[in-house]
Amino acid sequence: DPDSKKLAPIERKPRLLLMGLKRYAKITGVRYLVEANEDKCRSGKSSISNVVFRKMPPQDTLFLPTTTAILKESMHTFMDFQVWDLPGQIDYLDPNFDPDSIFGGVGAMVWVLDAVDNYMEPIGRLTETILHLQDSYPFIKFTVFIHKIDSIADDSREDVIRDIMQRITDDLYDAGLENPPINYYGTSIYDHSIFEGFSRVMQGLVPQLPIFENLLNTIKDRCHFEKLYLYDVYSKVYIASDTTPIAGSAYELGSDFIDLIVDLSEVHGWHRGNTQDSKMKAQQIYIEECGFEA
Amino acid sequence: MATLNKMEKKKVLLMGKSGSGKSSMRNIIFSNYRAKDVRRLGATIDVEHSNIKFLGNLTLNLWDCGGQDAFTGTYLTTQKSHVFSNVGVLIYVFDVESRSFDRDLATYTSITNALAEFSPSADVFALVHKIDLVNPEFRVKVVANREAAIQEASGPFAKSLKVFGTSIWDQSLYKAWGSIVNSLIPNLDVMERYLWGLMGETKAEEITLFEKATFLAVMKVTSEIGKKNPYPDRDEKMSNIIKTFKASLAKFTGDTAGPDFCEKFCISAPKFALIIEELTKNTYVMVVLPPGEAEANCARLNIGIARKRFASMDVLSGQEHDEGQDEGSGGN
Ligand SMILES: Nc1nc2c(ncn2[C@@H]2O[C@H](COP(=O)(O)OP(=O)(O)OP(=O)(O)O)[C@@H](O)[C@H]2O)c(=O)[nH]1
Ligand SMILES: Nc1nc2c(ncn2[C@@H]2O[C@H](COP(=O)(O)OP(=O)(O)O)[C@@H](O)[C@H]2O)c(=O)[nH]1
Ligand SMILES: [Mg+2]
Repeated sequence: DPDSKKLAPIERKPRLLLMGLKRYAKITGVRYLVEANEDKCRSGKSSISNVVFRKMPPQDTLFLPTTTAILKESMHTFMDFQVWDLPGQIDYLDPNFDPDSIFGGVGAMVWVLDAVDNYMEPIGRLTETILHLQDSYPFIKFTVFIHKIDSIADDSREDVIRDIMQRITDDLYDAGLENPPINYYGTSIYDHSIFEGFSRVMQGLVPQLPIFENLLNTIKDRCHFEKLYLYDVYSKVYIASDTTPIAGSAYELGSDFIDLIVDLSEVHGWHRGNTQDSKMKAQQIYIEECGFEA
Repeated sequence: MATLNKMEKKKVLLMGKSGSGKSSMRNIIFSNYRAKDVRRLGATIDVEHSNIKFLGNLTLNLWDCGGQDAFTGTYLTTQKSHVFSNVGVLIYVFDVESRSFDRDLATYTSITNALAEFSPSADVFALVHKIDLVNPEFRVKVVANREAAIQEASGPFAKSLKVFGTSIWDQSLYKAWGSIVNSLIPNLDVMERYLWGLMGETKAEEITLFEKATFLAVMKVTSEIGKKNPYPDRDEKMSNIIKTFKASLAKFTGDTAGPDFCEKFCISAPKFALIIEELTKNTYVMVVLPPGEAEANCARLNIGIARKRFASMDVLSGQEHDEGQDEGSGGN
């Protein structure tokens, strides 16, 4: 069917693929009381896209059903792009499968690796996929989220991340791929790490990134600011920051501040009816004598 | 009943099976912990006491009682009179995930019997906790079922018992604790009159008074327009929002004691203006107004004036001063 190969306009937007491995899919009916570890084998992709792009509270992801079909979503925030959530059990490497419909035009690929589960098998799958795609789609940037890192004790997180990086690098090296184009982040939906990880991935999709960075550098120098971030208010990912090294958790405080304003506006911004101008006025916020200096 | 110029100390017992979430709640409500920080807490050994100054002349003497069987055993035997006398409030926490609800109820009954013996006039609150683990569709039903069973096991407290479904992950926690502290604070009708006064001087839709450390709402007055706000649960929503941000600030500054929220906070949005300011040593006032800079400025001036009036009330400030200013205070 030749028509199906033509891409509809929506398909041409920068595309972000979320992939991960599911060893077996479990169809769960209505659950009364949920056992948190019933879903151990699901890597967390749907949770991630719901938390980052739909503002779902992390604890509510317990009740997400298993993904069984490719889920395509258009995001319209600071830029239009698509997120595709690929279910674990489809064999993308099957020769009968049309890879172009999925990987053609991909801007970034995020592989979600469950740090708690046995990660040997998913790593094998990941390197296989990368090697396969490198030939036909050399422009794809790969990012590995070492996910659910919150479930690992603080002092062994670094070790787990290092171990995973080493295994992937070694596997690829043995297959003849040196310096693979991969970034790694330890992530969890229960803190800001997932937003920071996504910020970096998204920045790879923003063509104007260098312009934004120059602009922020200029403001920073002129005003003697310490650090600047340009946020997307809706998702709280940052689209750009000035180019000084990132230190401390200013990003986290910034996104919590956005939460504060958005949440306040939700509770008190109901429609009063007779106010004459509902047009957007510049929103002003004053804070005086706060406990911190930004 | 409570007079305003006397220092008061109220004993609050926090009990329930080990792992039910007592210390988690305490640290979120009274210290700057975020929900995601409490996973690191270890089991409480014996009883952890804390004194929390609440609204100036009221001190909450909180007993977080470790729930392992061995400890519960001593509370009911050798330490019985020590633990259960002079109690103002008992908060009993049930873990919604518990696999032995019947056993939990039996323990609860022994506890309420001991309480009836030593502090018959105490208030009892039962929290059905970790409700986030129940599918949202069933939450109301699960809480109702448990409530019926708990009530049956409450002995003489069955009538006055209050039951809440709670989770550290949402505002349900603040709803329950708001109700608990409101049962402890003395009559505040003078304060209410002052708030109505402030309402008359501004175009406010709603004025709410929050306790400073917990950011629990202790009093509010609402105009006819303000009553149209579609969120009946906005007090606990506000507590949750501000506390979450405070905890984030505390983490950023590394100040574990916790910075204050900020002395003055004002947001001017297309549909409303909102001011949060420190009012007295122990309270914040929140004023919600129609949009417009003039109204907001006027309100801020009036808050400044009102601050002096409020400061003269020792229920809020905790300061000693002459009796003459305690007009209209007293019992209810
Ligand atoms: N899902 C969920 N977990 C919770 C909630 N509240 C507390 N927990 C978890 O329950 C565990 C035990 O909490 P604690 O507060 O230490 O329990 P405790 O009642 O003080 O236990 P003892 O001190 O031994 O009596 C912690 O790991 C918390 O993360 C909640 O509302 N929902
Ligand atoms: N502890 C922890 N659990 C997570 C995290 N992210 C997702 N989960 C849980 O993992 C389970 C599976 O997630 P889901 O998004 O459905 O996986 P998918 O099949 O890959 O889309 C859910 O129960 C989530 O609550 C995380 O960062 N930390
Ligand atoms: Mg404890």
